[in-house]
Amino acid sequence: MPKELIRLVDCTMAFDGEIVLNAINLTIHDKEFLTLLGPSGCGKTTTLRLIGGFETPTSGGIFFDGARINDVPPHKRRVNTVFQKYALFPHLNVFENVAFGLRIAKIPDGGGKKSRLPEGEIEERVQGALELVGLKGYHRRRVHQLSGGQQQRVAIARAIVNRPQVLLLDEPLGALDLKLRKEMQHELKEIQRQVGITFVYVTHDQEEALTMSDTVVVMNHGNIQQIGTPVDIYNEPVNAFVADFIGESNIIQGVMHKDYSVSFAGRLFECVDSGFDPNQPVDVVVRPEDVRMTPPDGGQLRGTVNSVTFKGVFYEIFIDVGEIEWMVHSTSAPKIGDEVGLLLTPEDIHVMDRPDLFPEGAEALTLEDVDPEPEFEDGGGDGEDGEEA
Amino acid sequence: MKHSRVPGRVLQGFIAVFLYAPILVLIVFSFNATKSRVKFEGFTLDWYAKLFEDRQVLSALYLTLVLAVLSALAATVIGTVSAIGLHNMKRRPRKALLALNNIPVVNPDIITGVSLMLVFLLCVSFLRSLGLRAGLGFTTLLLAHVTFNIPYVILSVMPKLRQLSRNTYEAALDLGANPFQAYRRVILPEIMPGVVSGAIIAFTMSIDDFLISYFTTGTSVQTLPMVIYAMTRKRISPEINALSTLMFLTVLVLLIVINILQSRDQKEKERRFRAVS
Ligand SMILES: Nc1ncnc2c1ncn2[C@@H]1O[C@H](COP(=O)(O)OP(=O)(O)OP(=O)(O)O)[C@@H](O)[C@H]1O
Ligand SMILES: [Mg+2]
Repeated sequence: MPKELIRLVDCTMAFDGEIVLNAINLTIHDKEFLTLLGPSGCGKTTTLRLIGGFETPTSGGIFFDGARINDVPPHKRRVNTVFQKYALFPHLNVFENVAFGLRIAKIPDGGGKKSRLPEGEIEERVQGALELVGLKGYHRRRVHQLSGGQQQRVAIARAIVNRPQVLLLDEPLGALDLKLRKEMQHELKEIQRQVGITFVYVTHDQEEALTMSDTVVVMNHGNIQQIGTPVDIYNEPVNAFVADFIGESNIIQGVMHKDYSVSFAGRLFECVDSGFDPNQPVDVVVRPEDVRMTPPDGGQLRGTVNSVTFKGVFYEIFIDVGEIEWMVHSTSAPKIGDEVGLLLTPEDIHVMDRPDLFPEGAEALTLEDVDPEPEFEDGGGDGEDGEEA
Repeated sequence: MKHSRVPGRVLQGFIAVFLYAPILVLIVFSFNATKSRVKFEGFTLDWYAKLFEDRQVLSALYLTLVLAVLSALAATVIGTVSAIGLHNMKRRPRKALLALNNIPVVNPDIITGVSLMLVFLLCVSFLRSLGLRAGLGFTTLLLAHVTFNIPYVILSVMPKLRQLSRNTYEAALDLGANPFQAYRRVILPEIMPGVVSGAIIAFTMSIDDFLISYFTTGTSVQTLPMVIYAMTRKRISPEINALSTLMFLTVLVLLIVINILQSRDQKEKERRFRAVS
């Protein structure tokens, strides 16, 4: 692993007493492509603003290269930001937007004094940055004469031309259409490889996070849910939230019978998980592409095909099995109304703690508490909702 | 059902006549060959020529222009800095201060004039008690003009500040600018149209003012409007018409410039909006 560059230690951020980031811990390494992923309002931008220096954490520390930088103002941090809404300077043309940081920068000259960059070097670096983002020849344009995608590239060029150690990008592709977004994803990766710096990237698009990142940080409600490589996050989600947010999943409530044995959907399954309390309520997560359809009597479960949707490479099939509707991805399509069997191998069954059922100190619920209303039971609630209807 | 447009047109006509007829009469009679105020008896530029020989008028013109330039400059600097300060405040104190800012704008000039005079007289008597020479004059006049001009500059700069995205300032900091550089290089150019039209409004207001100047100046220092007023008291001369015509045209030109600036700004805003969406 390359050396550690940024570390957030127990960073809490509160606005007017409302906690937006809850004691998060995060380590960012040199040259890493790290993505903060989570639903809207989960605190991604706030985390980025802490690193950029636009907010000071309510408590906790931010370290850069081992030095605490909580009180270092943004213009003294070796970090540059590509803002969610570009924030280009409309009164300057493309060239001057990109040159902005270089014109301000002071470099130490031989005699212990500081001087401005020579014009020739500014010209060269700006043109280089514009070429890198594919905007060669656009330097004389006014900012408002550019399309959204081009403005985005100017924002990226304006940041990387300063050769920061870390580039913070806040949903930089959010405003672009799907095709352009794919192209830009590729280009951004390429840019990161060429300039060889750390990218901290924010998105709420899980596919984008998986395809671009070295490390994905999944966030929800101001808490970090999981940190890992895209493969780890996809294959070994630590809880149902991550599993659901990263790709589609069947999430079924169940009970851990004993090690390597879990009960859900009305029967016992063999699994590869252990270390849970006996009779502990759990979430069982099964990826739709891991469910195999068999003839009616060939699987552990039996159900009726409810709907079939063509998705390009595969069919998305919903199958009614008692109270639970299973989502299955398959390259072959059954007919609606067909009886099918569903086969799950132990490796396909991921058993996870159910965090909201386990408030600290609460007793584990037993099988009887959980089973009757698996979809809506929330633990601790006394069922005000829905009773009158 | 379609409404007839005739009553509306007639009303518009009346309004135009009421607003512009007096000024039209003024302009026409400034070219009248005789001193008659009822009959036009031939075209002449004599009154304008006379005007430029009148030393009292010329020195008043000079004073008025110096006063307008200085007070507009000072009010623009103070007003812009205040607007930025206000903009950075929390919502509540900002709203309260902005409401306070509007009071001088709607306050009758005569009250502003009298109250400023009282304050100045107080200061003068204090300074005299220290054995210094002091009195109402150019300094008090300038202070008064700066005072009543500041709110107009604030009102003209605030909307431009509100248009800025919060990230603009932060982007400048992010790129290494310290707060002063960020204001100098990014915020100021962005709000410049508001600053310029604020300065022109202040300049116009200063030229335009009679009442406040009347109360806050001494006996020896007279602005152009005060000279016109004095002329109407003493000798009725078409020179007044000529002078008034010139003042009217100056103010008209300034208003047109402000309008052009603002509509250009509006167009720019629309263009940007289209570019983003
Ligand atoms: N300056 C602020 N004052 C008060 N609350 C704020 C402020 N900035 C952010 N918040 C709150 O903090 C929470 C997290 O905001 P943040 O902008 O970090 O979300 P996000 O994950 O970036 O969401 P999105 O994907 O929509 O951009 C939100 O509930 C937001 O309302
Ligand atoms: Mg955000």
